Amino acid sequence: MSDTQLPVWEVFIQANPGIAHKHAGNVHAADAEMALQNARDVYSRRSEGMNIWVVPASAITASSPEDQGAFFEPSNDKPYRHPTFYKIPKGVKYL
Amino acid sequence: MNIQNAKFEYLLRLGDSSLIIGHRLSEWCGHGPILEEDIALINVALDFVGNATELLRYAGQVEGKERDEDDLAFLRDEREYRNLLITEQPNGDYASTIARQFLFDVYMYFLYEELKSSKDETLAAIATKTHKEVTYHLRHTTEWMYRLGDGTTESHVRLQNGVNDLWMFTSEMFDMDEFDEVLIKEGIAADLNKVKTEWEKKVKEVFAEATIQIPTTTFRQKGSREGKHSEHLGFLLAEMQYVHRTHPGAKW
Repeated sequence: MSDTQLPVWEVFIQANPGIAHKHAGNVHAADAEMALQNARDVYSRRSEGMNIWVVPASAITASSPEDQGAFFEPSNDKPYRHPTFYKIPKGVKYL
Repeated sequence: MNIQNAKFEYLLRLGDSSLIIGHRLSEWCGHGPILEEDIALINVALDFVGNATELLRYAGQVEGKERDEDDLAFLRDEREYRNLLITEQPNGDYASTIARQFLFDVYMYFLYEELKSSKDETLAAIATKTHKEVTYHLRHTTEWMYRLGDGTTESHVRLQNGVNDLWMFTSEMFDMDEFDEVLIKEGIAADLNKVKTEWEKKVKEVFAEATIQIPTTTFRQKGSREGKHSEHLGFLLAEMQYVHRTHPGAKW
């Protein structure tokens, strides 16, 4: 069944200061303010966050499954790109 | 009249209004226009029932007859209820519900802003918490006022009809009697004249933007201060109190 409701907005929630916004899900909304309120009501009812982003789903450009080989496989044999040599200082929480 | 009696009466007025409008909103559960709005409205309903729980619990303590919040909510009859008439009006269509909620949210917003500085510490603490919730409720309903009022012809007509039907219940929100006077002197209650000025200003402002006309009818319905309600409250209480009265003292 096709979606007959309002346009879809993707919702990103920041759980704590300093860490990245994480994708929480999506909501239907007619405009940005409605999207923000719906996101607040649907995804922050259990104290999940302190900041919300909403983005029209139509504004997101995604890579396609066919791109997988060309996009991601070339990095599989380059372990030297991982910064494993460095020690993470104590007290750094979100890295 | 002593302050204890006045305070009990005052807490019932506040608590009952929150409980009844919370129950009315809860009737939308599963029937909202879209899933997101259904959840939003039920969040609001829960806030009101939570607020009522705190106020009625405190009312019971003030009364000192060992009645708790459940006794007060489920074992009083219609004539003992002190909720404002506007809170018991049926939901109607979604525009009517939004109209009722907006008119009441503006009232709550300015009333609880005053109560935050009440000299009664418990009431002030409840008001501080509630005011944050109400700030969001008002933001939510204001958006819907714009959306419906300045939306399509049909949504505009429905919202205007909702406002017209409810207007006669708005003036009693600001009625004060000897209970208010005693408590205002003590710095406990809010001066509703002040709330009224703010309410009128805000309502006018949002109506203008939502292209909604202020009704010109001068008829005013009142009675909630004396427990005289519209025909709707009895049915609401029958549904709300049924389980509690059928299974007295039940635990789960």
